[in-house]
Amino acid sequence: MADRHYTKTHEWVTVDGKHATVGITDFAQAQLGDVVFLELPAAGRKLAARETFGVIESVKAASDLYAPVAGRITEVNEKLASKPELINSDPYGEGWILKLELAGGLPPDLIDESDYKKVTEAAAS
Amino acid sequence: MTEALSFELSRPAVDPPRLPEADVAGPGPADVLPRDVLRSRPPSLPRLSEPEIMRHYSRMASLNYSISENFYPLGSCTMKYNPVVNEAAAALPGFAGLHPYQDEDSVQGALELMWRLEQALCAVVGVDRVTLQPAAGAHGEWTALRMIAAFHHSRKENRTEVLVPDSAHGTNPASAALSGFHVVEVRSGQDGRISLADLESKLSPRTAALMLTNPNTLGLFEREILDIAEMVHATGAMLYYDGANLNAFMGICRPGDMGFDAVHMNLHKTFTTPHGGGGPGAGPVGVKSELAPFLPAPTVERSNGHLVLDHKRPQSIGRVRSFYGNFGMLVRAYTYILAMGGDGLSQASQDAVLSANYLRKLVENDLEMPHEGPCMHEFVASAHNLHEEGVRALDIAKALLDRRFYAPTVYFPLVVPEAIMVEPTETESRATLDSFAQAIKEIVAQAKTDPQGLRDQPKNLPVGRLDEVAAARRINAYLQGQSDDPVLRWKAPVEGAPKHAC
Repeated sequence: MADRHYTKTHEWVTVDGKHATVGITDFAQAQLGDVVFLELPAAGRKLAARETFGVIESVKAASDLYAPVAGRITEVNEKLASKPELINSDPYGEGWILKLELAGGLPPDLIDESDYKKVTEAAAS
Repeated sequence: MTEALSFELSRPAVDPPRLPEADVAGPGPADVLPRDVLRSRPPSLPRLSEPEIMRHYSRMASLNYSISENFYPLGSCTMKYNPVVNEAAAALPGFAGLHPYQDEDSVQGALELMWRLEQALCAVVGVDRVTLQPAAGAHGEWTALRMIAAFHHSRKENRTEVLVPDSAHGTNPASAALSGFHVVEVRSGQDGRISLADLESKLSPRTAALMLTNPNTLGLFEREILDIAEMVHATGAMLYYDGANLNAFMGICRPGDMGFDAVHMNLHKTFTTPHGGGGPGAGPVGVKSELAPFLPAPTVERSNGHLVLDHKRPQSIGRVRSFYGNFGMLVRAYTYILAMGGDGLSQASQDAVLSANYLRKLVENDLEMPHEGPCMHEFVASAHNLHEEGVRALDIAKALLDRRFYAPTVYFPLVVPEAIMVEPTETESRATLDSFAQAIKEIVAQAKTDPQGLRDQPKNLPVGRLDEVAAARRINAYLQGQSDDPVLRWKAPVEGAPKHAC
């Protein structure tokens, strides 16, 4: 299992060679509550790091989704259209959102699990 | 008990409703519409006798909840009782029967009222001129930002950012964005008030304005407002006052004296005109003299005792509302101001602050109070202390419905987790405030002994706890074309088709 990297805006990314998988964190899904809708881009679109690529909507809030890394979208998780609850039940597995073909390396503002934990603890206090 | 739909009550034995023939000359539908959109038979409207349909609507009206019947502790929204005298004034034939295209000479009374209301509002908030056109608070925000943009433009300054605190009403960043500005968030400090250090770091030659509510949405007075005004003005930016919380200090202090350059007022909040479904609203904007040239045209001017509408305003941002705003609301607000008088308005604000602090004190040991009191006209509590029991602000709001109270605002402002925002207003008796506090105490006690019972409430209302998640997911699935179910309870029978085709 590749290392999981995080953003301060609560996305995660795993990288395997040139291929990256993107989702939102367990903390993010817990804060949002039951996810009811996702507005996602089509495969093929090129994203810059930190670019807004979609919107996630729960009963409580609607939030923008940001690309943790730059790259071209190779696949969008089609299951989320009919089963947005996968984000809640399995945010790091079946609830993945995008697969990307990396353009360049990992941006320096990505953080590791222990630093991300500090971000969530600060947000929860 | 819920009421059946009129379609479900329909009886085939009753004659179908008949619409009268058109009493104006003109082409018939068949002369102007394509064949494929014309009906081949009349619509299948419900068939009910007049007493049946009358009782149907009366039963539904009896399920309604209104400020005339019960308490509305809705924070940040100032749901005031609407005095009956306002309605009597608005119904006077000289006002109610006016036509907007009437000649100026024949509507001098209406113009006089608008002129006098402008003077009164100028006096209450401490500005030089007021436009009565905006039809709601957010419309007022947008109007003021357009004037501020025009002001900077007239000085050949390119200011592209509007600063908004993190506790602001959601309309503030929305109005700024809709006016073409970039929104920059300013953080609150630990005490719930705007952080001057953070403000300092966000102010720049790009700043067009800071939008501020005072008291802020946490019900706290921004004590350092004079310093804030100085900092904002030193960079050449304008200070904008969101008037949602004006009820906290009418006749006691004035936004204009605090350094605000533009001020919106909600007549449907502070000045007792109907709110929400009983609207329409009215969100007049007051400005200091340097913004006055940019006011929407027309303005009402007095010259030699005669009132005129002045359309010749070369620097005006233009008209922001058809005709003269929601005129009926202007009559109601002016009636309220006259009925109260200056002393009455300041008494109202003092009583509103007293009510909020009394209620806050009664429940301070039941819910968390994230910020130190005293508060102004409203307070924000948190249900975070019931986290262990799995009880949330939403559960408390729903349980209050079962006890015949309207729910307070929940989950706003965003800076407080599990926020419960309460604004009792000045008109509530001590007995009402006591009984509301008692309801909170009972609910919190139940949260500790029987949290599941609480999560199942309301149980005594026509409609129980809604499954919001299922509702949102099912309607989204329909809207995205992934489901054929439009999530309507009643399905129209298709005439002449087999039953299963419904």
